[in-house]
Amino acid sequence: MNNSEQKTYALETKTVIKTYQSDSGTIHAVDDVSIQISSGEFVALVGPSGSGKTTMLSMLAALLQPTSGKILLDGQDLATMDDRQRVTMRREKIGFTFQANNLVPYLSAVENVELMLRLNDKLDKTGKLRARELLARLGLAERMNNLPGQMSGGQQQRVAIARALIHNPSLVLADEPTASLDTERAYQVVQTFAGLIHEQNRAGIMVTHDLRMCEFVDRVLLMQDGKLVRTYDNHDEIMNELISARH
Amino acid sequence: MRTIFSVSNYLAIKEVWRNRGRFLLVSMVIALITLLVLFIAALGEGLGNGNREYISKLNGELIVYQAKSDFLIAASRLDNNRLAAVRRVDGVADAGLFGTASANLILPTDSETLKVALLGIEPGHVGEPKVVQGQQLSTDLAEEVIIDRNTAIRSNLALGDELVIRVTQGIKDEFFKLRIIGITDGQQYSLQPSVFVPFYTWDRIRPKSEAEVNSSNPVANVILVKLSDPAQVESVKLGITNQVNNVEVASLKQAIQALPGYSAQQSTLNTQGGFTLFIGILVIGGFFQIQILQKVAQIGVLKAIGAGNPTVAVASIFQIIVVTVIGVAIGGLLTFLFSLTFPPTVPIVFNGTTSAIALIALLLIGPLGGLISIRYAVRIEPLKALGLSS
Ligand SMILES: Nc1ncnc2c1ncn2[C@@H]1O[C@H](COP(=O)(O)OP(=O)(O)OP(=O)(O)O)[C@@H](O)[C@H]1O
Ligand SMILES: [Mg+2]
Repeated sequence: MNNSEQKTYALETKTVIKTYQSDSGTIHAVDDVSIQISSGEFVALVGPSGSGKTTMLSMLAALLQPTSGKILLDGQDLATMDDRQRVTMRREKIGFTFQANNLVPYLSAVENVELMLRLNDKLDKTGKLRARELLARLGLAERMNNLPGQMSGGQQQRVAIARALIHNPSLVLADEPTASLDTERAYQVVQTFAGLIHEQNRAGIMVTHDLRMCEFVDRVLLMQDGKLVRTYDNHDEIMNELISARH
Repeated sequence: MRTIFSVSNYLAIKEVWRNRGRFLLVSMVIALITLLVLFIAALGEGLGNGNREYISKLNGELIVYQAKSDFLIAASRLDNNRLAAVRRVDGVADAGLFGTASANLILPTDSETLKVALLGIEPGHVGEPKVVQGQQLSTDLAEEVIIDRNTAIRSNLALGDELVIRVTQGIKDEFFKLRIIGITDGQQYSLQPSVFVPFYTWDRIRPKSEAEVNSSNPVANVILVKLSDPAQVESVKLGITNQVNNVEVASLKQAIQALPGYSAQQSTLNTQGGFTLFIGILVIGGFFQIQILQKVAQIGVLKAIGAGNPTVAVASIFQIIVVTVIGVAIGGLLTFLFSLTFPPTVPIVFNGTTSAIALIALLLIGPLGGLISIRYAVRIEPLKALGLSS
């Protein structure tokens, strides 16, 4: 009923290209990728090694400038921003969990989560309460005051998820959030993550190698050689064509 | 701006506190450097003071030496004629003969003697220090002396006591009894406590060679000069040089620099102090540099989640300042405690200004040493630090 052009997305990329120059010529790490993600939508980015997933995610995280194209986050183009503006975007609008070394080692779990609010000068009583609630939701009620070194990889990953969500960002990015977890833990973490993204109405993107994790996402984007080659648009498609096809 | 400071101070303090063992170790190194620097400064002050104290407190402005004596008081010989000539020069308010010698003080309670500077001055003229207890010397020939505080402390002699000095004249040891009528503040000369004797008494009792014993013409070393107008140092200096035969004139500053060994000693100690500070800069710089290298990933995380360069830099600076201040404070305290245990004979003097300069220099070594590491921290790229980019 609506012209899709008029719909505003939380995140929209337009013909994003990232090339690297090397001795053997130009590498097209990301080649002409256009995607749209709405608030409340959780999307998986999959593809073989070297297909450009991390490069894509880094650009969406305002950590890397595309060679050309647009990356609109809440309508603002990350591609044209200078360093300081991008730092501000990362602080205010983006939540990010990395594959490893996620947390500040000298801050406890709850302090790591609160740090995100401190950076935004928004740490007040309610903020502190929300940080604790979020950690409790993620099953860390008993670990609030542990330092990262005193927590397992999965627990650290969950603290990072709390940190990525606490400041109400528009976009939440996760790079291989399950890489260091066993299958059962991985399911749990991704499920909770997906639940929070839906509930809090964020746009979420997760890079993963583990196709089974796609069970919890709304859409799967498949990359190959820097190009977006296919999307799986609904749960049935994902379950039937992606997950079961490979097992 | 406010947010940057509150976040960076928060991060810096948390990190120091959660790694307090490691940071305390660095603070202790700084404390030891502080101890060393303060002691070198105090030693410089103590030795320098022991050398120059009498001259720096002199109630005059110029010292007249025999020509070609290179401003060495002991090498200079001047007599009464020259004194009269100096007194006639315009701008000279007062002048007095000054003779130096060494003598041994016989201590009543001790089998050892105390080596003192036996200084001949003219009572009532420039060169006679003000007493803080008792009275000034009265006549040129009296067998009375003024001793300085150091002599009083180290000999245990008091006002009114009789002191006995032993000197060698010709081939004989002679003993002289003199009455103490005044005590001055510290007036060390040549690192020795001092005894002030009226000039003609001095000339009689000072150590003499065989030849001197038989000569009757009193000879001083130098003439001390007080000016009518202390601002006229240069012109009076010229006046004396021109109107008096065979002399050279030094300001007090020049005279102090020319004291035997004084400049060499001071510059040696200053160099040592400077090197110690430099080592401090290297140690602190090295520590924070290595620490930053270990923290690349963690700083990368901070930057990736939206901490800007100012936040990261201020946190590093704040941390360095905290560590340095704690180290310098501990070092200062240690120095103070140590200084209480030193006997008064050790030439260590904690002078407010010198210590303050040393402390400021010490507080600067941390931030200076840490500068490179801060530059490095600012340059860390989150993408590379997180290993996201190949
Ligand atoms: N900084 C860089 N300089 C040169 N080439 C790069 C750089 N970063 C990435 N590439 C290249 O771009 C391509 C995409 O890399 P990217 O890391 O995005 O792949 P990926 O899908 O994340 O792979 P993996 O699943 O192995 O993590 C690869 O060919 C890679 O070698
Ligand atoms: Mg990757």
